[in-house]
Amino acid sequence: MIPAKFDYIKASSVSEAIGLLEKHGDDAKLLSGGHSLIPAMKLRLSRPEVLIDIGGISGLNSISEDGNEIVIGANCTHADIVNSDRINSDLNILAQTAKHIGDIQVRNRGTIGGSLAHADPAADYPAVVLACDAKIEVEGKGGKRTIPATEFFLGIFTTALAEDEIITAIRFPKVANGNYQKFFQSASRFAVVGVAAVKDGDSVKVGVTGVSGTPYRATAVENAYSGSSDAASHAVDGIDDLMSDHFADEEYRAHLAKVMVKKALEA
Amino acid sequence: MQISMTINGKEYSHDIEPRISLAQYLRENLNLTGTHIGCDTSGCGACTVTVDGAAAKACTLLAVQVDGSEITTIEGMANGNEMHPIQEAFKENHGLQCGFCTPGMVMTAADILKNNPNPTDEEIRHGLEGNFCRCTGYHNIVKSIQHAAEKINA
Ligand SMILES: Cc1cc2nc3c(=O)[nH]c(=O)nc-3n(C[C@H](O)[C@H](O)[C@H](O)COP(=O)(O)OP(=O)(O)OC[C@H]3O[C@@H](n4cnc5c(N)ncnc54)[C@H](O)[C@@H]3O)c2cc1C
Ligand code: FES
Ligand code: FES
Repeated sequence: MIPAKFDYIKASSVSEAIGLLEKHGDDAKLLSGGHSLIPAMKLRLSRPEVLIDIGGISGLNSISEDGNEIVIGANCTHADIVNSDRINSDLNILAQTAKHIGDIQVRNRGTIGGSLAHADPAADYPAVVLACDAKIEVEGKGGKRTIPATEFFLGIFTTALAEDEIITAIRFPKVANGNYQKFFQSASRFAVVGVAAVKDGDSVKVGVTGVSGTPYRATAVENAYSGSSDAASHAVDGIDDLMSDHFADEEYRAHLAKVMVKKALEA
Repeated sequence: MQISMTINGKEYSHDIEPRISLAQYLRENLNLTGTHIGCDTSGCGACTVTVDGAAAKACTLLAVQVDGSEITTIEGMANGNEMHPIQEAFKENHGLQCGFCTPGMVMTAADILKNNPNPTDEEIRHGLEGNFCRCTGYHNIVKSIQHAAEKINA
């Protein structure tokens, strides 16, 4: 399978990439790891006329510490995250999550920026950025801005990114007590349901992926957590767009969400 | 578009269309047909090569994306007529039947053993999550990689 024809441009800086996005508008797409985009282009689900490769931009692949926060460049691969000592010690939940994305080959090429921008409803990172209250740092023709994770995901494959914006980094607070529970789709290894829980004393933040078209914070679970032993039963409260497919229909998915939230709360 | 890369230790340079995958480039421009194409959409791992030492699915990389990289394919594993220890181990442990998946298995095994020279069976099985074999049932593949680890560590 060969994708439809496109022009390929290797951007050497963020500003060059933004300029190209501005110039080509709708016809252009960014390329980082290519592990969502290239299969989609082969299958003609996506047909950009211009591909702007941001994979070689220096400065987008560092992992650094800024006070109490860890800043991860958008081009860091899942493998970079798994192998980072800093992330393993101060943001262990993210290393745990990255370790279970796809397979070795996918982790060697796929990036955190690409995964968040793609917003696959079965992707793993969305649950974690939500539970950690991470911030997505983006840059566009109007300059830089920071989007809280809770405002980033708008729907299936849809985010708050404007057409000319690039994710440059993801800023996480350090997290001492967090865990990610994933129920694997047995063929693709994507999440049927994935739940991230970040605990702090008697409060908890819970992010859920795979259940609704839009990953969400399970606020009903968070509110019930300190007073109730049955907080997980609220896992899908208020969710009116439960996903359904041949692996998991709505009823099964809603049940699975409660089971996985319970696991995450008890881990 | 003009690209150049080092493949199995040799410099290559070609003018190719940007939509050509690394797998196709290897097979059709360079005649390196050891890299197999199974699913062509990143599911099966038959096309696995290493790019700057890390296993990658060559069907899901554009050749232009890896311009300037160092690539190793199955053809680059043996040292002249002497097979690589991973290849030896597959041969000795019946790690293949039809052989279609084998180049990808060997290249993924190289990544597994590079990062973890003494893997458990379970770690090998997890390491092979992206590689499908329709013949062997995987037991002998895992055994081959264990045996390869012993050979390399000896
Ligand atoms: C076999 C297989 C199994 C997988 N399993 C899982 C899994 O279990 N869990 C999981 O979460 N994911 C999984 N994935 C998806 C994988 O994690 C992808 O790597 C990831 O979703 C996309 O990252 P990428 O760098 O490859 O992005 P690309 O494919 O290059 O890009 C994806 C989209 O994001 C846009 N984009 C890329 N970078 C940026 C940026 N910096 N700013 C703005 N927009 C950008 C692109 O224009 C494109 O629309 C799997 C993929 C494969 C092929
Ligand atoms: S041919 Fe590349 S993964 Fe199947
Ligand atoms: S040996 Fe036939 S597919 Fe693996």
